[in-house]
Amino acid sequence: MPLKQRSQSMTQRKSIPISPSELTPREVYLERRTILAQMGLGLMGALGGSVSLSAPAQAEQKLTGYRTTPFGHDEKVTSYENITTYNNFYEFGTDKEDPSNNAGTLRTRPWTITFEGAIKRPRQIGVDDLLHLFPLEERIYRMRCVEAWSMVIPWIGFPLQKLVQWAEPTARAKYVEFISLADPTEMPGIRRAVLDWPYNEGLRMDEAQHPLTLMAVGLYGEILPHQNGAPIRLVVPWKYGFKGIKSIVKIRFTEAMPISSWMKANASEYGFYSNVNPSVDHPRWSQATERRIGGGLFEARRKTLPFNGYAEEVAHLYSGMDLKKYF
Amino acid sequence: MVIPKRVVFVLALLPLLWISWLAFRDALGAHPVERVIHFTGQWTLNFLLITLTVTPLRQYSGWNGLLRIRRMLGLFAFFYGTLHLLSYAGIDQWFDWHAIVHDIVKHPYILAGLSGYLTMLPLALTSNAWAVSKLKTRWKKLHRLAYLVPALGVLHFTWLVKKDLTQPLIYGTLLLILLVLRLPFQSQWRATR
Repeated sequence: MPLKQRSQSMTQRKSIPISPSELTPREVYLERRTILAQMGLGLMGALGGSVSLSAPAQAEQKLTGYRTTPFGHDEKVTSYENITTYNNFYEFGTDKEDPSNNAGTLRTRPWTITFEGAIKRPRQIGVDDLLHLFPLEERIYRMRCVEAWSMVIPWIGFPLQKLVQWAEPTARAKYVEFISLADPTEMPGIRRAVLDWPYNEGLRMDEAQHPLTLMAVGLYGEILPHQNGAPIRLVVPWKYGFKGIKSIVKIRFTEAMPISSWMKANASEYGFYSNVNPSVDHPRWSQATERRIGGGLFEARRKTLPFNGYAEEVAHLYSGMDLKKYF
Repeated sequence: MVIPKRVVFVLALLPLLWISWLAFRDALGAHPVERVIHFTGQWTLNFLLITLTVTPLRQYSGWNGLLRIRRMLGLFAFFYGTLHLLSYAGIDQWFDWHAIVHDIVKHPYILAGLSGYLTMLPLALTSNAWAVSKLKTRWKKLHRLAYLVPALGVLHFTWLVKKDLTQPLIYGTLLLILLVLRLPFQSQWRATR
């Protein structure tokens, strides 16, 4: 049943009256995942280790040839339905349902990513070529939104670290800036100046090269649905979700700290670091607890963990810094 | 023309029936708690503004039958406001008083919302014939707070939204229109027309 549900086109999916409790039990998902992984392994052998991405025109294409990892295996994964219908992607509108309703117009092929700034030589690469450069892996990460809700998402991608190495930044590079597509013909939300388009985000070089930082190209064994940031997006699991910039078209290495769209929108509420931190409230709402999506009407909030539970891996990046000041 | 109160009563319960039906069907979306809180909050504002529409509508249309339903509409604003507050304190915070007090003290939008509710409380309690006769002229003065309540509601909404102010601005504009219609020169203009 979930399989059938998923094969529906995006425009059809929203109208199917289906209750969350009916969706993708964990066992079914795990079983599928194993099957896909096995298929992937088989395919990798057949194709001499290359990654196979079939015709990319549609959002629900199977991804094969990725390996699984132990990340997040103790977590209950959020349903595909919730991950793909409750989104913040203002380029397609500011309501949570807008991206899943409107992102059908996004054209994800051909898609070129430009590299510039403090690198040996500026270059461009098509997203499909990029996928062939690095082996894909699945990582189940917690995602904590600054609006105090969270999900658990089985991403597929590769560490940003590898892409940074490939881009060959020079010693002058202190930060990485990411820039999203901003095309008003494909993205209806761009026509309103809700944010300073194009959406941009940034990381310090050491954050970008941290092994947890992921460039995601898929989720739930499929290529990334448009509303989740197709064809390629950033995932930084210890930071608030808005740092995970979607539909990236440009990556720039800089000496100066990039000023992100949200910093420009409200510098007192959104800082450059935006690490998940239960002891630093957003000026207007609490960050101490969060609501896990999918828990229904009668589940309690859960405590938010420092660095979203990834403190062991990343806290050293910020040692000696006053995290109340550098929020 | 007279509007039967029973009809208004049933119509005003439709939003509650709708959200209950969605809850029963498990169809409240990815974030059902947020959905219920936003829904009851919006209907509180809707009823506050609908209540404020009665007087100007009556003055401009001469339809005096409208006045009979004003109290009920106001009480429905209080009813949805109570559901809104209860869903925040109950299904969202699980009556964690420590967290709720922290929220009130630290976060202005919560304070604005709670102030709005507390301002509504004396109005709801005095919405009966006994209180009207007991309070006499003071009743009218007290019930001028009905202008303050939606203003606090709009402020609450404005401070809550992350970036897109469209909806709070729509509510704010409607409230402003309803208040301007009450300015003295408006009634003079109508009288001399």
